[in-house]
Amino acid sequence: MIRFSHASKRYPGGFDALQDINFHLSPGEMAFLTGHSGAGKSTLLKLIALIERASRGQVIVNGQNLAKISRGKIPFHRRNVGMIFQNHQLLFDRTVFDNVALPLVISGLSHHEIGKKVRASLDKVGLLSKERAYPVTLSGGEQQRVGIARAVVNKPPLLLADEPTGNLDPELSREIMGIFEQFSQVGVSVLIASHDIDLITHLPYRVLTLNNARLSNDTAQPLSSSSV
Amino acid sequence: MKNWLQTYLLRHLQVFFYSLGQLTRSPFSSLMTSAVIGIALALPAGLHLVLQNLQTVSGDLDSAVQISLFLKKSTTDKQAQQLVSQLKGMPQINKIQYISREQALKEFKQLSGFGNALKALEDNPLPAVIVVQPSLTDSNANSTQRLVEQLQSRPYVDIAQLDMQWIKRLYSIMDIIRRGVVILTGLLALAVLLVIGNTIRLAIQNRREEIVIIKLIGGTDRFIRRPFLYSGFWYGLFGGLIALALVISSLLLVSGPIEALTQSYDSNFKMQVIDLNSTIWLIGGSILLGLTGSWVAVERHLREIEPT
Repeated sequence: MIRFSHASKRYPGGFDALQDINFHLSPGEMAFLTGHSGAGKSTLLKLIALIERASRGQVIVNGQNLAKISRGKIPFHRRNVGMIFQNHQLLFDRTVFDNVALPLVISGLSHHEIGKKVRASLDKVGLLSKERAYPVTLSGGEQQRVGIARAVVNKPPLLLADEPTGNLDPELSREIMGIFEQFSQVGVSVLIASHDIDLITHLPYRVLTLNNARLSNDTAQPLSSSSV
Repeated sequence: MKNWLQTYLLRHLQVFFYSLGQLTRSPFSSLMTSAVIGIALALPAGLHLVLQNLQTVSGDLDSAVQISLFLKKSTTDKQAQQLVSQLKGMPQINKIQYISREQALKEFKQLSGFGNALKALEDNPLPAVIVVQPSLTDSNANSTQRLVEQLQSRPYVDIAQLDMQWIKRLYSIMDIIRRGVVILTGLLALAVLLVIGNTIRLAIQNRREEIVIIKLIGGTDRFIRRPFLYSGFWYGLFGGLIALALVISSLLLVSGPIEALTQSYDSNFKMQVIDLNSTIWLIGGSILLGLTGSWVAVERHLREIEPT
């Protein structure tokens, strides 16, 4: 689903955010991406979502080499990548329903289909009763679940989450992780960037560790040549 | 295919009314923007109408064109009358009036005040005159000029003189005004373009976060651009309607005095407020300016907003 081969990212000014990253994430696999602040977690996710482009090496998502996707085609690539953000990125002047419906509206689905899919998605995250509510009236955990509902509403094969539990207490965090597990069980690849080591180590999933822009550890390949 | 077209049109319709809804959310600022556009467009539109009315007035004036045929002194009254009856048969001639030498002298004495001086002359120095008024149907300058040449070649005619100088001057003045209106229209259209462009630019800045989110979840530039273009359309439409209202109300305001004035000149001139053609031009042009202004703003600023 995701394949990085010798991918590097150097920002203008010479700062190396990622250096020589190699890993492969299979379809339906769930993995954590961890590391200290500034290690390059967000940059790695940005490369997958084409918010940034790799300076060297290849990033292949869903069989497509991202370097070959032109600017005009980026939106269509992003429709296949569900993204979840630490600050939720919800639109506060619209209801929960309208927020979740946005990706479908963008894809041009009919009114009827949108209603069905949005309700199914909200049902999965347990917020069906809140569809008429505005995001401000919801708790942090509920807002994050709205964000997840929006990310999965058009059934993308890949989910990316950037510190999805950053502002949540441990119990809510586990709940959110549970939702991600459910998606990976139905075949969605999930990559979660998080520095919540406590939570990650208690879950039986692959962990990719970034250290100073390099992949220092990969629990799937403990003897990787790139380890320190 | 049909289904696809249906959803496409439906989506446009939704955005169409959604953007109208956005404008009504801040009615005051929307009204202000539309009013600025309206005032800017009312000025050239109003001047255009004034010009149009002037043209109908000057059209009436064309009928006031007269050709004076000064006859040779040797011409007798009888010969002159013969010429008059010949000319009466010409289709290009509407009205004809013969002034004999005696009549001319009498008139001249009355009007000039040189009566006594003229008495000193033994001979009447004035020629007989035939005053010809060309017919209304054929009142453009060229055909009038041709008629003059024709009359000049008639026997007994000494000089055929066309008094059109002042009409030519009026036409030149109107030409200057017309070009002024064109220049003014260009400048004010540019101003409208800038006003709308700036308004849309602000709207884009205000919705920066929303644009970033939409880009993150796969919204195309087209999708993001659409509501802003429709906002431009609405601003143009409302601006055009305001301009129309301003023009009509100000013309109605001055129409009373103007008609009183023209009546005192024995003219049956009826002021024309605004015809359908000009209305379509005004509203259509305004909408076009709205769309263009927002297009320029969106093209310039949408690319700057990218998720980071």
